[in-house]
Amino acid sequence: MVFSRNPVHSVLLLIFTFFCIAGQYVLLNAQFLAVVHIIVYAGAIMVLFLFVLMLLNLNKDTEPQKSTIWRISAGIASGMLLVTLVGALRGGVQMPVPGSGNAEVGLVENLGQVLFTDFVVPFEIAGILFLAAMVGAVLVGKRDIKA
Amino acid sequence: MTALLLFSLGFIIEKATLILVLFLVTLGVAAYATYGERKIAAFFQDRLGPSNAGPWGLLQPIADGVKMFTKEDFVPNQSERWIYILAPGAFIFVALMASAVIPWGTTLTLGGLNWNLQVADVNIGILYVVGLASLGVYGIMLGGWSSNNKFSLYGAIRASSQMISYELAMGLSLIAIVMLSGSLSLRTIIEQQSGMWNVVYQPLGFILFLTCSLAECNRAPFDMAECETELIGGYHTEYSSMKLGFFLFAEYINMFISCTVISCLYFGGYYFPGLDPNWLGGLMGPIILLSKSFFFIFVFMWIRWTLPRFRYDQLMHLGWKSLIPLAILNMLLTGAGILFFGK
Repeated sequence: MVFSRNPVHSVLLLIFTFFCIAGQYVLLNAQFLAVVHIIVYAGAIMVLFLFVLMLLNLNKDTEPQKSTIWRISAGIASGMLLVTLVGALRGGVQMPVPGSGNAEVGLVENLGQVLFTDFVVPFEIAGILFLAAMVGAVLVGKRDIKA
Repeated sequence: MTALLLFSLGFIIEKATLILVLFLVTLGVAAYATYGERKIAAFFQDRLGPSNAGPWGLLQPIADGVKMFTKEDFVPNQSERWIYILAPGAFIFVALMASAVIPWGTTLTLGGLNWNLQVADVNIGILYVVGLASLGVYGIMLGGWSSNNKFSLYGAIRASSQMISYELAMGLSLIAIVMLSGSLSLRTIIEQQSGMWNVVYQPLGFILFLTCSLAECNRAPFDMAECETELIGGYHTEYSSMKLGFFLFAEYINMFISCTVISCLYFGGYYFPGLDPNWLGGLMGPIILLSKSFFFIFVFMWIRWTLPRFRYDQLMHLGWKSLIPLAILNMLLTGAGILFFGK
C-alpha cells in the first residue's frame, strides 16, 4: 500500500526507516555499524536521491496514472505471490535461535580485528570492487575520451 | 531492584541536568556569537557595531530574539507546507545533538556528587559527530526545496553538493587522528593529548579539518548556500520570523560545535600546559575547553571578514582536486610515521 505518492515524502520516510535500522544495530551493541549505516545511507546516498528528485522536480501530476483494470490485476498478482510465499515458507526449516554469543562482537575494535585477520581477503576484494566502480563511473561520466 | 531503580533514577537526573545545562550554554554561546560576530565585523570595518541596546549593545541578541519571535510567520502559498515547517526544526535538532559526545571536562564535584562532564561516552564518538554533520544537509535541502523558489533551490543544491564534497576531505583528515590515537572515542583522544597536542603531529590535518569545517558550517569564504549578492538569501529566502531564526541560530550552533571539536581533536581539549583540569572542583576543564572554542570562533569570524567568497567552480576544484589528495597524502604520511617511528 502506497501511503505517499510524493517522491520527496517517500525519500524522507526511507531515511526514517534507515534510522530505525540503525536503532536495531545499537540495540545489538554494534554502534560502529549503526553510525556507519547512518553516514553512508542517510548521510550520503539519500542526499543524492533527494538531489536528483529536486533537480528533476517529479510531481504526482507527471506520473502516469494506471487504469483500474491494471490496478486490479496487479492486486491479484501480488496477492497470489504472497500466498505462494507464505505456503512455501510455512513448514519450512526452523531457524535455530542463536544462543547468547559474545555481546562485544559488534564493537569497533573486535570488528576491525575480524575484518583484518579472518576476513581480510573478502574485505580487500570488496575494496577493489569499489575502486573499480568509482573509476568506471568517472570514465562513463567523462564527455570526451581521447582515444 | 530498588537499588538499581535508585541508581538509574540518579543517572537519569544527572544526565538530564547535564543535557539541560549544555542546551542552555549552547544557546547562550550561539546568541552571543551573533553579537561577537557583529562587534568583530564592526572592528574589522572600522565601525562601532551594535551599541544602543544595553551597555556596549550587550542586550542586542535578546532584542534580536524578541524581534524574530514577534515578526509575521509567513508560509508561501505554493510551498510544501509540512516539509517547509519541518526543515528548520530538523536543522537545529541535528546541530544541537552533536554536543552529546563532547567531553567538556574530567569530573565536576558539586554538592558532594561527582558529575561526569560528558553526556554519552560512546566508543564511536567522532563518527557520531561526522554522521550528524552529514545529516545537517537535510535541513538546508528540504528548506530550500520546499520553499518553491528558484533562488532557494539553487542555494539548497549548492549547499548540499558543497557539504557532500567537503565531508570526504573532512573524514579523510580525521582518519589520521584516529590512526594516531587508535580510538574513535573523543575522551580517549583528549586523554592522549595531556602531554603533547595532536596539532604538533598533524599540522596539515589541522589545516584541512579547519577548511572543511568552514565549508561544513557554510561560513564565508564558503557561504555559497546563501551568498546574498547572487541568490538574495539562498536557501532561507522564503523564511521569516523564528523559522528563519532557527536557521541562523543553528548555523552559529554548528560553528560553536565545530570549534569545540577542533579544540578536542587537535588542541588537547580540556588540557592546557600548566593548568590542571581538576582545579576549582573540576570546573577548570570546561573553562579551558570553552576558551579554546571561543578562540576558534574568533578565528572563524576573522576569516569571514577577511577573505572574499570563492566562485562556485573554484570551491569544487579546491575540495576535490586539492583537499582530498592532500588529505590522502596526510593519511599516508601518518601511516608511514607510525610505521617507522612508532607513535
